[in-house]
Amino acid sequence: MTGTAEAGRARPPRLGVFKFASCDGCQLSLLDCEDELLALSEAVQIAYFLEATRQPLAGQFDVALVEGSISAPEQLEQIRDVRQRSRYLVAIGACATAGGIQALRNGADVADFLSLVYARPDFIQTLADSTPISAHVAVDFELRGCPIDKKQLVELLLALLAGRRPRVPNHAVCLECKRAGYVCVMVTQGTPCLGPITHAGCGALCPGYDRGCYGCFGPAARPNVTSLQAQFARTGMAPDTFQRLLGTFNVAAPAFAAARQALPIVSP
Amino acid sequence: MTATTRTIQVDALARVEGEGALTLRLRDGIVEAAELRIYEPPRFYEAFLRGRDAAETPDITARICGICPVAYQMSAVHAVERIYGLTMTPTLRVLRRLIYCGEWIESHVLHVFLLHAPDFVGQPGALEMARARPEWASLVKTGLRIKKAGNSIVRAVGGREVHPINVKVGGFYRLPRRTELAALVPELTWAEQAVRDCLDWSTTLDYPEGDGAYDFVALRHPDEYPMNEGRLVSTSGLDADVTEFDQHFAEQQVPHSNALQARKRQDGGTYFVGPLARWNLNHDRLPAAIQAAARAVGLAPPVLNPFRSLGVRLLEVLYAFGEALRLIAAYEPEGPASLPVEPRAGTGHAATEAPRGLLYHRYATDAAGHILDAVIVPPTSQNQAQIEDDLRRLAPTFVDLPEEQATWRAEMLIRNYDPCISCATHFLRLKVERS
Ligand code: SF4
Ligand code: SF4
Repeated sequence: MTGTAEAGRARPPRLGVFKFASCDGCQLSLLDCEDELLALSEAVQIAYFLEATRQPLAGQFDVALVEGSISAPEQLEQIRDVRQRSRYLVAIGACATAGGIQALRNGADVADFLSLVYARPDFIQTLADSTPISAHVAVDFELRGCPIDKKQLVELLLALLAGRRPRVPNHAVCLECKRAGYVCVMVTQGTPCLGPITHAGCGALCPGYDRGCYGCFGPAARPNVTSLQAQFARTGMAPDTFQRLLGTFNVAAPAFAAARQALPIVSP
Repeated sequence: MTATTRTIQVDALARVEGEGALTLRLRDGIVEAAELRIYEPPRFYEAFLRGRDAAETPDITARICGICPVAYQMSAVHAVERIYGLTMTPTLRVLRRLIYCGEWIESHVLHVFLLHAPDFVGQPGALEMARARPEWASLVKTGLRIKKAGNSIVRAVGGREVHPINVKVGGFYRLPRRTELAALVPELTWAEQAVRDCLDWSTTLDYPEGDGAYDFVALRHPDEYPMNEGRLVSTSGLDADVTEFDQHFAEQQVPHSNALQARKRQDGGTYFVGPLARWNLNHDRLPAAIQAAARAVGLAPPVLNPFRSLGVRLLEVLYAFGEALRLIAAYEPEGPASLPVEPRAGTGHAATEAPRGLLYHRYATDAAGHILDAVIVPPTSQNQAQIEDDLRRLAPTFVDLPEEQATWRAEMLIRNYDPCISCATHFLRLKVERS
């Protein structure tokens, strides 16, 4: 079976799910679409999804969902192979779109890290940096989040199946929060919140639980980091707290990385 | 006659969480090597946790595993709270047990229906199973609905099913309202009954033989089936405080794996954690109704055949639904959502029962609450050597089967443990043993 598209013959689109360095949480979001999963498996052929089926990797894919960051030497070749097999390549989640929390090692001495963890570092193969998929191949679409939002995933798949552009807004969480009618945790409780600079998608989940946003969807389009930092400073927050807030799952996203670098105190 | 060598090799294990491979090498029918190779790249959590605020551990360590983030959050908060001298109020304790029930359900049901069941009906995966026969389709559908019910608990208490946002050191950010939890009751009640039906289905499957003389290790609590608290106990008579974990178990690096393997210090032997271990060591802590359900399907302890873990997972799911319903019925959002936290220097240990078994965390902090040192031992690191032992021990029962069947059987053996490879590579010992 080659699985290559035969022009003119109607066949269900082939979907592949691929994993690189990650926690599996984003691909699990697909299995968590309990209501849509069986219908989806009829509309598309889930042709490769190692976590769900023994089906071997073969042929071409109409859509490849790619989870995880590139962090080991053999993955460089693998991601190129996925690209070649796929019409649309979609990077899902903070690992795939920004390098994930494992990008905290970027810039550190990886040899040191290895010897901290393993008695025999020479057994282990790793790259110095954890990088997003887009650093290696062309990416057609990105879904943000750690993890991605299920509703956004379903919207994306429906849109690709229908041949239209997915409706995935890139404004800030702050806007979703106001729309949901939550009281602002920053104004009323002085709780630090990354909502003003974080990419929408979660429906302002954290403010709904009396918690400040911790930025798991990464930077929104044109985030005004400086003004948020000034606001935090007025509430008495130390710069290293702000730096730590930015230094998690999207630490290597350009807007967050630049803001961290601009801060005076450098902590781990 | 010259020696014949035979190798059973699976380069990419399917229906497990994370990336692993398997090599089984036989010479003249004798097993020469049985290796579960974990090639998933390490993510160095232990290294980059150093210097972080201990309050960040539930959010950061959750990202080790998208399937069992609650387990990581629970072990993390309890370990840090031990350093800070915090004891949860009854309400907070109940919520932590409730969210754990949700994760057990979600994770076990994922394994039973989507990862394990296809092995017993000879299908590559659950979606293929659903297409193959109408009765399997309705089974998978039921499984997905039960799983969703488990997810709804995690979402109600934690905010979302993968990487919940409501858990913090000291308690929660916000107490769920009574109405938010009460809204779950009808579906949980349906699911509890549905699990009973699935238990009946599980008796129709053919289980390969596999009884082993295992040393099971699990937590044990004075009166509950263990989740967040308890002493470390084992079949071979261990009974220790979790702070002594290190004195009884040690991890070693092996050349073929990116994950360390834990063994007993005493004799270097393997041990077995997870549902079967909890089941065999804590059966007397289960309500009579669950014990009766177990007898009815032939799963009264001891259950020594790892293939039968499928039924034991279903029984734990049945228990978790009953427990969740009981906790919700009694729930009153009393007291604060979280206790005030005052950082101090110290070392804290915690072990909780992740769906896949014992999950141990240890942190050392400075006076400001910054982490000096972190150690995490996930269940799959502990089971890894046991899995290789099973492969070695049970290989003679299947090596004479045709290639494809023998390979499948070897994979099944591994899937019995529901290994979470993503977990196993992410937390490895920080201690350096330089030669
Ligand atoms: S983005 Fe977050 S949830 Fe998704 S795979 Fe990476 S760590 Fe897991
Ligand atoms: S509010 Fe922020 S941290 Fe919370 S889920 Fe949304 S994007 Fe993530």
